[in-house]
Amino acid sequence: MSDFTHGFWPIYISVITVASIVGTWVFLRSQTTRKLAPGEKPELMEHTWDGDLRDLNNPLPRWWLGLFYGTLVFAVAYLLLWPGLGNFAGVLGWTSSNAYEAEVKAAEAKFQPVYAGFMKQDIASVAADPEARAIGRNLFLTYCSQCHGSDATGARGFPNLTDHDWLYGGDPDTIVATLTGGRSGIMPALGEALGPQGTKEVANHVLSLSGRKHDAALAAAGKVKFAENCAACHMPDGTGMQALGAPNLTDKVWLYGGSEATIIETVTKGRNGVMPAMTQTLGTTSNKEAKLHLLAAYVYGLSQKQ
Amino acid sequence: MISHETIEKNLGLLIVLTILVVSVGGLVQIVPLFFQTSTTTPVAGLKPYTALQLSGRDIYIREGCVGCHSQMIRPFRAETERYGHYSVAGEFVYDRPFLWGSKRTGPDLHRVGGRYSDAWHTAHLMNPRDVVPESNMPAYPWLDRPLKDTAIQAKMRTLNIVGHGYSAQEIAEAPAALEGKTELEALIAYLQVLGTHAPRI
Repeated sequence: MSDFTHGFWPIYISVITVASIVGTWVFLRSQTTRKLAPGEKPELMEHTWDGDLRDLNNPLPRWWLGLFYGTLVFAVAYLLLWPGLGNFAGVLGWTSSNAYEAEVKAAEAKFQPVYAGFMKQDIASVAADPEARAIGRNLFLTYCSQCHGSDATGARGFPNLTDHDWLYGGDPDTIVATLTGGRSGIMPALGEALGPQGTKEVANHVLSLSGRKHDAALAAAGKVKFAENCAACHMPDGTGMQALGAPNLTDKVWLYGGSEATIIETVTKGRNGVMPAMTQTLGTTSNKEAKLHLLAAYVYGLSQKQ
Repeated sequence: MISHETIEKNLGLLIVLTILVVSVGGLVQIVPLFFQTSTTTPVAGLKPYTALQLSGRDIYIREGCVGCHSQMIRPFRAETERYGHYSVAGEFVYDRPFLWGSKRTGPDLHRVGGRYSDAWHTAHLMNPRDVVPESNMPAYPWLDRPLKDTAIQAKMRTLNIVGHGYSAQEIAEAPAALEGKTELEALIAYLQVLGTHAPRI
Protein backbone atom coordinates (compact mmCIF):
# COMPACT_ATOMS: atom_id res chain seq x y z
CA MET A 1 0.00 0.00 0.00
CA SER A 2 1.22 3.44 -0.85
CA ASP A 3 2.42 5.58 2.02
CA PHE A 4 1.30 8.75 0.21
CA THR A 5 -1.93 10.43 1.20
CA HIS A 6 -2.89 10.97 -2.42
CA GLY A 7 -2.08 9.31 -5.74
CA PHE A 8 -0.84 12.64 -7.07
CA TRP A 9 2.41 12.58 -5.06
CA PRO A 10 4.19 9.57 -6.54
CA ILE A 11 3.44 10.94 -10.02
CA TYR A 12 4.62 14.39 -8.96
CA ILE A 13 7.93 12.95 -7.72
CA SER A 14 8.45 10.77 -10.79
CA VAL A 15 7.66 13.53 -13.27
CA ILE A 16 10.00 16.10 -11.69
CA THR A 17 12.79 13.53 -11.28
CA VAL A 18 12.58 12.20 -14.81
CA ALA A 19 12.15 15.70 -16.25
CA SER A 20 15.27 16.86 -14.37
CA ILE A 21 17.37 14.01 -15.70
CA VAL A 22 16.16 14.37 -19.29
CA GLY A 23 16.30 18.17 -19.07
CA THR A 24 19.86 18.13 -17.78
CA TRP A 25 20.87 15.76 -20.58
CA VAL A 26 19.29 17.99 -23.22
CA PHE A 27 20.76 21.09 -21.65
CA LEU A 28 24.25 19.57 -21.57
CA ARG A 29 23.93 18.59 -25.24
CA SER A 30 22.73 22.03 -26.24
CA GLN A 31 25.54 23.83 -24.45
CA THR A 32 28.32 21.57 -25.69
CA THR A 33 30.42 23.38 -28.22
CA ARG A 34 32.47 21.73 -30.89
CA LYS A 35 35.88 20.44 -29.87
CA LEU A 36 38.61 22.77 -31.12
CA ALA A 37 40.74 21.54 -33.97
CA PRO A 38 44.50 21.52 -33.27
CA GLY A 39 45.82 25.05 -33.42
CA GLU A 40 42.34 26.59 -33.60
CA LYS A 41 41.83 29.63 -31.36
CA PRO A 42 38.73 29.75 -29.15
CA GLU A 43 36.10 32.33 -29.90
CA LEU A 44 36.70 35.66 -28.19
CA MET A 45 33.74 36.95 -26.20
CA GLU A 46 33.16 40.61 -26.62
CA HIS A 47 33.88 41.91 -23.10
CA THR A 48 37.27 42.79 -21.73
CA TRP A 49 37.95 43.73 -18.10
CA ASP A 50 40.70 45.74 -16.46
CA GLY A 51 42.18 46.60 -19.85
CA ASP A 52 43.53 43.20 -20.82
CA LEU A 53 41.45 40.44 -19.18
CA ARG A 54 39.62 38.72 -22.04
CA ASP A 55 36.80 36.17 -21.96
CA LEU A 56 37.32 33.18 -24.25
CA ASN A 57 34.58 30.74 -25.16
CA ASN A 58 36.55 27.53 -24.59
CA PRO A 59 34.65 24.26 -24.96
CA LEU A 60 34.39 22.15 -21.78
CA PRO A 61 37.11 19.51 -21.48
CA ARG A 62 35.75 16.17 -22.74
CA TRP A 63 36.61 14.24 -19.54
CA TRP A 64 34.68 16.86 -17.58
CA LEU A 65 31.67 16.51 -19.83
CA GLY A 66 31.96 12.75 -19.46
CA LEU A 67 31.63 13.13 -15.69
CA PHE A 68 28.39 15.07 -16.14
CA TYR A 69 26.92 12.34 -18.29
CA GLY A 70 28.25 9.76 -15.83
CA THR A 71 26.19 11.28 -12.98
CA LEU A 72 23.09 11.08 -15.18
CA VAL A 73 23.73 7.43 -15.98
CA PHE A 74 24.29 6.78 -12.27
CA ALA A 75 20.98 8.47 -11.43
CA VAL A 76 19.07 6.30 -13.88
CA ALA A 77 20.72 3.10 -12.63
CA TYR A 78 20.05 4.07 -9.02
CA LEU A 79 16.38 4.78 -9.67
CA LEU A 80 16.01 1.42 -11.40
CA LEU A 81 17.65 -0.58 -8.61
CA TRP A 82 16.57 1.24 -5.43
CA PRO A 83 13.39 3.00 -4.31
CA GLY A 84 13.19 6.65 -5.36
CA LEU A 85 10.74 7.09 -8.20
CA GLY A 86 7.42 7.60 -6.46
CA ASN A 87 5.98 4.23 -5.51
CA PHE A 88 8.43 2.21 -7.59
CA ALA A 89 10.27 -0.02 -5.10
CA GLY A 90 13.27 -0.68 -7.32
CA VAL A 91 14.35 -3.95 -8.92
CA LEU A 92 16.37 -4.99 -5.85
CA GLY A 93 13.38 -4.62 -3.54
CA TRP A 94 15.57 -3.02 -0.88
CA THR A 95 14.01 -1.41 2.20
CA SER A 96 15.77 -0.13 5.28
CA SER A 97 13.65 -2.30 7.57
CA ASN A 98 14.44 -5.43 5.53
CA ALA A 99 18.11 -4.55 5.63
CA TYR A 100 17.83 -4.20 9.39
CA GLU A 101 15.98 -7.51 9.80
CA ALA A 102 18.63 -9.24 7.72
CA GLU A 103 21.39 -7.79 9.87
CA VAL A 104 19.64 -8.95 13.04
CA LYS A 105 19.05 -12.45 11.61
CA ALA A 106 22.68 -12.79 10.60
CA ALA A 107 23.78 -11.80 14.10
CA GLU A 108 21.31 -14.19 15.70
CA ALA A 109 22.55 -17.06 13.57
CA LYS A 110 26.07 -16.23 14.66
CA PHE A 111 25.40 -15.81 18.38
CA GLN A 112 22.54 -18.24 18.93
CA PRO A 113 24.79 -21.33 19.21
CA VAL A 114 26.96 -19.57 21.79
CA TYR A 115 23.93 -18.46 23.78
CA ALA A 116 22.23 -21.84 23.49
CA GLY A 117 25.19 -23.47 25.21
CA PHE A 118 24.94 -21.13 28.17
CA MET A 119 21.16 -21.40 28.37
CA LYS A 120 21.55 -25.12 29.16
CA GLN A 121 23.67 -24.39 32.22
CA ASP A 122 22.47 -22.96 35.50
CA ILE A 123 23.52 -19.49 36.53
CA ALA A 124 26.15 -20.61 39.00
CA SER A 125 28.05 -22.59 36.37
CA VAL A 126 27.65 -19.86 33.74
CA ALA A 127 29.11 -17.44 36.27
CA ALA A 128 32.23 -19.59 36.47
CA ASP A 129 32.78 -19.63 32.70
CA PRO A 130 35.35 -17.04 31.57
CA GLU A 131 33.75 -16.58 28.12
CA ALA A 132 30.32 -16.03 29.67
CA ARG A 133 31.85 -13.56 32.09
CA ALA A 134 33.39 -11.61 29.19
CA ILE A 135 30.01 -11.45 27.43
CA GLY A 136 28.29 -10.60 30.71
CA ARG A 137 30.74 -7.80 31.35
CA ASN A 138 29.98 -6.27 27.94
CA LEU A 139 26.26 -6.51 28.66
CA PHE A 140 26.78 -5.00 32.10
CA LEU A 141 28.75 -2.07 30.68
CA THR A 142 26.02 -1.42 28.12
CA TYR A 143 22.93 -1.76 30.28
CA CYS A 144 23.87 -1.46 33.95
CA SER A 145 27.00 0.63 34.39
CA GLN A 146 25.15 3.95 34.20
CA CYS A 147 23.76 3.36 37.69
CA HIS A 148 25.90 0.62 39.22
CA GLY A 149 29.19 1.91 37.80
CA SER A 150 31.51 0.21 35.32
CA ASP A 151 33.22 -1.60 38.21
CA ALA A 152 29.81 -2.50 39.69
CA THR A 153 30.61 -0.82 42.98
CA GLY A 154 27.58 1.44 42.67
CA ALA A 155 27.09 5.05 43.65
CA ARG A 156 25.13 6.93 46.29
CA GLY A 157 21.61 5.50 46.06
CA PHE A 158 22.65 2.79 43.62
CA PRO A 159 23.77 -0.46 45.24
CA ASN A 160 27.26 -1.87 45.14
CA LEU A 161 26.98 -5.30 43.53
CA THR A 162 30.41 -6.56 44.47
CA ASP A 163 29.86 -6.76 48.22
CA HIS A 164 27.91 -9.52 49.87
CA ASP A 165 25.14 -7.24 51.00
CA TRP A 166 21.90 -7.67 49.09
CA LEU A 167 18.75 -5.60 49.42
CA TYR A 168 16.54 -8.24 47.80
CA GLY A 169 18.76 -11.29 47.92
CA GLY A 170 21.75 -12.47 45.95
CA ASP A 171 20.78 -16.00 44.96
CA PRO A 172 20.50 -16.61 41.19
CA ASP A 173 16.69 -16.73 41.10
CA THR A 174 16.33 -13.46 42.97
CA ILE A 175 18.85 -11.74 40.71
CA VAL A 176 16.89 -12.92 37.66
CA ALA A 177 13.65 -11.68 39.25
CA THR A 178 15.25 -8.30 39.99
CA LEU A 179 16.50 -7.95 36.41
CA THR A 180 13.25 -9.11 34.86
CA GLY A 181 10.71 -7.15 36.87
CA GLY A 182 12.79 -4.34 38.27
CA ARG A 183 12.50 -3.21 41.88
CA SER A 184 10.88 -0.31 43.59
CA GLY A 185 12.23 0.23 47.07
CA ILE A 186 9.98 2.62 48.91
CA MET A 187 10.98 4.07 52.22
CA PRO A 188 8.10 6.29 53.34
CA ALA A 189 8.73 9.82 54.55
CA LEU A 190 8.35 9.80 58.33
CA GLY A 191 9.33 13.40 59.01
CA GLU A 192 5.81 14.52 59.82
CA ALA A 193 4.90 11.48 61.89
CA LEU A 194 8.05 11.65 64.02
CA GLY A 195 8.69 15.39 64.20
CA PRO A 196 12.21 16.86 64.20
CA GLN A 197 13.09 15.62 67.70
CA GLY A 198 11.65 12.16 67.08
CA THR A 199 13.54 11.88 63.81
CA LYS A 200 16.79 12.77 65.56
CA GLU A 201 16.11 10.15 68.21
CA VAL A 202 15.35 7.45 65.65
CA ALA A 203 18.45 8.43 63.67
CA ASN A 204 20.59 7.98 66.78
CA HIS A 205 19.03 4.62 67.45
CA VAL A 206 19.83 3.60 63.85
CA LEU A 207 23.42 4.78 64.37
CA SER A 208 23.63 2.64 67.48
CA LEU A 209 22.45 -0.46 65.57
CA SER A 210 25.68 -0.60 63.58
CA GLY A 211 27.81 0.58 66.46
CA ARG A 212 28.43 4.07 65.10
CA LYS A 213 29.02 7.10 67.31
CA HIS A 214 25.67 8.18 68.74
CA ASP A 215 24.02 9.97 71.60
CA ALA A 216 22.98 7.21 74.00
CA ALA A 217 20.10 9.19 75.53
CA LEU A 218 18.62 10.05 72.14
CA ALA A 219 19.11 6.48 70.93
CA ALA A 220 17.28 5.09 73.94
CA ALA A 221 14.38 7.42 73.26
CA GLY A 222 14.46 6.46 69.60
CA LYS A 223 14.29 2.74 70.30
CA VAL A 224 10.56 2.84 71.03
CA LYS A 225 9.80 5.05 68.06
CA PHE A 226 11.85 2.69 65.88
CA ALA A 227 9.78 -0.25 67.08
CA GLU A 228 6.57 1.62 66.28
CA ASN A 229 7.49 3.15 62.92
CA CYS A 230 10.38 1.25 61.39
CA ALA A 231 10.41 -2.31 62.68
CA ALA A 232 7.64 -3.47 60.35
CA CYS A 233 10.06 -3.33 57.43
CA HIS A 234 13.50 -3.17 59.03
CA MET A 235 12.58 -5.78 61.72
CA PRO A 236 12.75 -5.05 65.45
CA ASP A 237 16.48 -5.74 65.57
CA GLY A 238 17.12 -3.64 62.43
CA THR A 239 18.39 -6.50 60.29
CA GLY A 240 16.02 -5.64 57.45
CA MET A 241 13.77 -7.72 55.26
CA GLN A 242 14.83 -8.85 51.81
CA ALA A 243 11.29 -9.54 50.63
CA LEU A 244 10.64 -5.78 50.78
CA GLY A 245 14.16 -4.67 49.99
CA ALA A 246 14.35 -3.06 53.42
CA PRO A 247 18.07 -2.70 54.13
CA ASN A 248 19.85 -4.27 57.06
CA LEU A 249 20.71 -1.35 59.34
CA THR A 250 23.10 -3.25 61.58
CA ASP A 251 25.90 -3.70 59.03
CA LYS A 252 28.37 -1.13 57.75
CA VAL A 253 26.86 -0.85 54.27
CA TRP A 254 24.97 2.36 53.56
CA LEU A 255 23.09 3.04 50.38
CA TYR A 256 22.56 6.76 50.90
CA GLY A 257 25.07 7.46 53.64
CA GLY A 258 25.41 6.66 57.32
CA SER A 259 26.05 10.06 58.85
CA GLU A 260 23.51 11.40 61.32
CA ALA A 261 22.53 14.17 58.91
CA THR A 262 21.93 11.74 56.03
CA ILE A 263 19.94 9.33 58.18
CA ILE A 264 17.77 12.23 59.36
CA GLU A 265 17.27 13.23 55.70
CA THR A 266 16.32 9.66 54.78
CA VAL A 267 13.85 9.32 57.64
CA THR A 268 12.35 12.77 57.04
CA LYS A 269 11.91 12.68 53.28
CA GLY A 270 11.86 8.96 52.61
CA ARG A 271 13.64 7.28 49.68
CA ASN A 272 12.56 5.81 46.38
CA GLY A 273 15.09 3.41 45.01
CA VAL A 274 14.09 2.33 41.53
CA MET A 275 15.67 -0.47 39.57
CA PRO A 276 14.12 -0.46 36.07
CA ALA A 277 12.87 -3.71 34.55
CA MET A 278 15.61 -4.84 32.21
CA THR A 279 13.36 -6.68 29.79
CA GLN A 280 12.50 -3.29 28.33
CA THR A 281 16.07 -2.21 27.80
CA LEU A 282 17.90 -5.37 26.80
CA GLY A 283 17.82 -4.51 23.13
CA THR A 284 15.19 -5.71 20.75
CA THR A 285 16.52 -8.99 19.44
CA SER A 286 15.22 -12.42 20.29
CA ASN A 287 18.32 -13.19 22.34
CA LYS A 288 16.84 -11.15 25.16
CA GLU A 289 16.41 -14.18 27.46
CA ALA A 290 19.94 -15.38 26.87
CA LYS A 291 21.27 -11.93 27.58
CA LEU A 292 19.27 -11.80 30.79
CA HIS A 293 20.71 -15.18 31.76
CA LEU A 294 24.29 -14.09 31.09
CA LEU A 295 23.78 -10.78 32.83
CA ALA A 296 22.33 -12.46 35.91
CA ALA A 297 25.27 -14.85 35.93
CA TYR A 298 27.73 -11.97 35.66
CA VAL A 299 26.10 -10.11 38.54
CA TYR A 300 25.96 -13.31 40.60
CA GLY A 301 29.64 -13.92 39.84
CA LEU A 302 30.64 -10.43 40.94
CA SER A 303 29.96 -11.22 44.56
CA GLN A 304 31.22 -14.82 44.43
CA LYS A 305 34.84 -14.04 43.68
CA GLN A 306 35.68 -12.49 47.03
CA MET B 1 17.94 26.41 -27.05
CA ILE B 2 19.20 29.37 -25.09
CA SER B 3 22.95 29.79 -25.11
CA HIS B 4 24.76 30.44 -21.87
CA GLU B 5 25.58 33.87 -23.25
CA THR B 6 21.88 34.75 -23.17
CA ILE B 7 21.56 33.50 -19.58
CA GLU B 8 24.65 35.35 -18.40
CA LYS B 9 23.47 38.60 -19.87
CA ASN B 10 19.89 38.43 -18.52
CA LEU B 11 20.03 38.61 -14.76
CA GLY B 12 16.33 37.99 -14.30
CA LEU B 13 16.51 34.83 -16.40
CA LEU B 14 19.63 33.71 -14.53
CA ILE B 15 17.84 34.13 -11.19
CA VAL B 16 14.74 32.25 -12.35
CA LEU B 17 16.74 29.35 -13.76
CA THR B 18 18.97 29.17 -10.66
CA ILE B 19 15.94 29.01 -8.35
CA LEU B 20 14.43 26.33 -10.56
CA VAL B 21 17.55 24.18 -10.42
CA VAL B 22 18.15 24.45 -6.66
CA SER B 23 14.49 23.84 -5.81
CA VAL B 24 14.26 20.47 -7.54
CA GLY B 25 15.78 18.59 -4.59
CA GLY B 26 13.45 20.23 -2.09
CA LEU B 27 10.38 19.76 -4.27
CA VAL B 28 11.05 16.07 -4.73
CA GLN B 29 12.53 15.09 -1.37
CA ILE B 30 10.95 17.45 1.19
CA VAL B 31 7.51 18.50 -0.05
CA PRO B 32 6.11 14.94 -0.45
CA LEU B 33 7.03 14.20 3.21
CA PHE B 34 4.14 16.40 4.26
CA PHE B 35 1.81 14.07 2.39
CA GLN B 36 2.95 10.70 3.70
CA THR B 37 1.03 8.68 6.26
CA SER B 38 4.16 7.45 8.05
CA THR B 39 5.46 10.97 8.67
CA THR B 40 2.20 12.71 9.57
CA THR B 41 0.33 10.11 11.65
CA PRO B 42 1.33 9.78 15.31
CA VAL B 43 2.31 6.28 16.45
CA ALA B 44 -0.21 4.51 18.69
CA GLY B 45 -0.48 6.13 22.10
CA LEU B 46 1.61 9.21 21.27
CA LYS B 47 0.27 12.37 22.89
CA PRO B 48 1.40 15.99 22.67
CA TYR B 49 3.77 16.97 25.49
CA THR B 50 2.05 18.05 28.70
CA ALA B 51 2.69 21.58 29.96
CA LEU B 52 5.49 20.38 32.27
CA GLN B 53 7.10 18.22 29.59
CA LEU B 54 6.87 21.07 27.11
CA SER B 55 8.64 23.42 29.53
CA GLY B 56 11.26 20.75 30.15
CA ARG B 57 11.75 20.42 26.43
CA ASP B 58 12.48 24.14 26.20
CA ILE B 59 15.09 23.73 28.93
CA TYR B 60 16.59 20.87 26.92
CA ILE B 61 16.81 23.30 24.00
CA ARG B 62 18.10 26.19 26.14
CA GLU B 63 20.90 24.12 27.66
CA GLY B 64 21.96 22.88 24.24
CA CYS B 65 21.56 19.19 25.05
CA VAL B 66 20.97 18.58 21.34
CA GLY B 67 24.58 19.59 20.70
CA CYS B 68 25.86 16.36 22.26
CA HIS B 69 22.84 14.04 22.32
CA SER B 70 20.95 12.80 19.29
CA GLN B 71 17.34 11.59 19.45
CA MET B 72 17.43 9.30 16.48
CA ILE B 73 18.11 5.58 16.75
CA ARG B 74 19.05 4.31 13.33
CA PRO B 75 18.00 0.88 12.07
CA PHE B 76 21.34 -0.78 12.81
CA ARG B 77 21.74 -3.68 15.21
CA ALA B 78 24.55 -1.93 17.06
CA GLU B 79 22.13 0.88 17.91
CA THR B 80 18.99 -1.12 18.65
CA GLU B 81 20.94 -3.44 20.98
CA ARG B 82 22.05 -0.49 23.01
CA TYR B 83 19.12 1.90 22.84
CA GLY B 84 16.04 -0.08 21.86
CA HIS B 85 13.75 -0.10 18.82
CA TYR B 86 14.89 2.18 16.01
CA SER B 87 13.10 5.51 15.76
CA VAL B 88 10.17 5.84 13.38
CA ALA B 89 8.84 9.06 11.84
CA GLY B 90 5.44 8.86 13.54
CA GLU B 91 7.08 9.29 16.96
CA PHE B 92 8.13 12.87 16.13
CA VAL B 93 4.77 14.25 15.00
CA TYR B 94 4.57 16.53 18.05
CA ASP B 95 8.23 17.55 18.01
CA ARG B 96 8.40 21.15 16.90
CA PRO B 97 11.20 21.78 16.32
CA PHE B 98 12.56 18.24 16.12
CA LEU B 99 15.63 17.55 18.24
CA TRP B 100 17.14 14.68 16.28
CA GLY B 101 20.61 16.19 16.52
CA SER B 102 23.57 15.09 14.49
CA LYS B 103 26.28 14.69 17.09
CA ARG B 104 26.77 11.99 19.68
CA THR B 105 29.31 13.07 22.23
CA GLY B 106 26.92 11.50 24.72
CA PRO B 107 24.54 8.62 24.04
CA ASP B 108 21.37 8.85 22.00
CA LEU B 109 18.44 9.89 24.20
CA HIS B 110 15.46 8.91 22.12
CA ARG B 111 14.57 5.91 24.31
CA VAL B 112 15.84 7.31 27.60
CA GLY B 113 12.27 7.58 28.93
CA GLY B 114 11.73 5.11 31.79
CA ARG B 115 15.24 3.79 31.49
CA TYR B 116 16.53 5.45 34.65
CA SER B 117 14.75 6.59 37.78
CA ASP B 118 14.00 10.24 38.47
CA ALA B 119 16.52 10.02 41.31
CA TRP B 120 19.18 8.90 38.85
CA HIS B 121 18.45 11.83 36.54
CA THR B 122 18.57 14.25 39.46
CA ALA B 123 21.92 12.95 40.66
CA HIS B 124 23.23 12.76 37.10
CA LEU B 125 22.23 16.30 36.10
CA MET B 126 23.56 17.78 39.33
CA ASN B 127 26.89 16.08 38.78
CA PRO B 128 27.22 13.29 36.20
CA ARG B 129 30.40 11.99 37.88
CA ASP B 130 28.41 11.03 40.97
CA VAL B 131 26.83 8.15 39.08
CA VAL B 132 29.07 7.72 36.02
CA PRO B 133 32.68 8.44 37.06
CA GLU B 134 33.93 8.26 33.45
CA SER B 135 31.41 10.82 32.17
CA ASN B 136 32.59 14.01 30.48
CA MET B 137 29.14 15.59 30.52
CA PRO B 138 29.01 19.01 32.17
CA ALA B 139 27.09 19.38 35.44
CA TYR B 140 23.92 21.45 35.43
CA PRO B 141 23.55 22.39 39.10
CA TRP B 142 21.64 25.59 38.36
CA LEU B 143 18.65 23.61 37.11
CA ASP B 144 17.54 23.07 40.69
CA ARG B 145 15.72 26.42 40.74
CA PRO B 146 12.06 27.38 40.36
CA LEU B 147 10.65 26.95 36.89
CA LYS B 148 9.54 30.26 35.41
CA ASP B 149 7.72 29.67 32.17
CA THR B 150 5.28 32.54 31.81
CA ALA B 151 4.83 31.85 28.10
CA ILE B 152 3.53 28.31 28.51
CA GLN B 153 -0.06 29.14 27.51
CA ALA B 154 1.05 31.13 24.49
CA LYS B 155 3.30 28.24 23.46
CA MET B 156 0.46 25.75 23.71
CA ARG B 157 -1.86 28.01 21.71
CA THR B 158 0.81 28.44 19.06
CA LEU B 159 1.32 24.70 18.80
CA ASN B 160 -2.44 24.32 18.42
CA ILE B 161 -2.18 26.27 15.15
CA VAL B 162 -0.22 23.34 13.74
CA GLY B 163 -2.57 20.77 15.20
CA HIS B 164 -1.32 19.71 18.65
CA GLY B 165 -4.90 19.85 19.87
CA TYR B 166 -4.48 21.13 23.46
CA SER B 167 -7.93 21.58 24.95
CA ALA B 168 -8.99 24.90 26.48
CA GLN B 169 -8.93 23.17 29.86
CA GLU B 170 -5.36 21.90 29.38
CA ILE B 171 -4.22 25.40 28.45
CA ALA B 172 -6.06 26.94 31.39
CA GLU B 173 -4.52 24.46 33.81
CA ALA B 174 -0.99 24.75 32.41
CA PRO B 175 0.33 27.44 34.80
CA ALA B 176 -0.98 25.44 37.76
CA ALA B 177 0.78 22.32 36.48
CA LEU B 178 4.09 24.19 36.51
CA GLU B 179 3.46 25.74 39.93
CA GLY B 180 6.14 24.86 42.45
CA LYS B 181 8.17 22.78 39.99
CA THR B 182 11.87 23.22 39.40
CA GLU B 183 13.55 23.38 36.01
CA LEU B 184 15.13 20.06 36.92
CA GLU B 185 11.74 18.42 37.44
CA ALA B 186 10.45 19.79 34.15
CA LEU B 187 13.49 18.53 32.25
CA ILE B 188 13.22 15.09 33.87
CA ALA B 189 9.49 14.96 33.06
CA TYR B 190 10.43 15.55 29.43
CA LEU B 191 13.25 12.98 29.44
CA GLN B 192 11.03 10.34 31.06
CA VAL B 193 8.46 10.48 28.25
CA LEU B 194 11.01 10.38 25.42
CA GLY B 195 10.59 7.43 23.11
CA THR B 196 8.13 5.62 25.35
CA HIS B 197 5.83 4.84 22.43
CA ALA B 198 8.20 2.59 20.56
CA PRO B 199 6.58 0.24 18.06
CA ARG B 200 5.75 -3.05 19.80
CA ILE B 201 8.52 -5.58 19.48
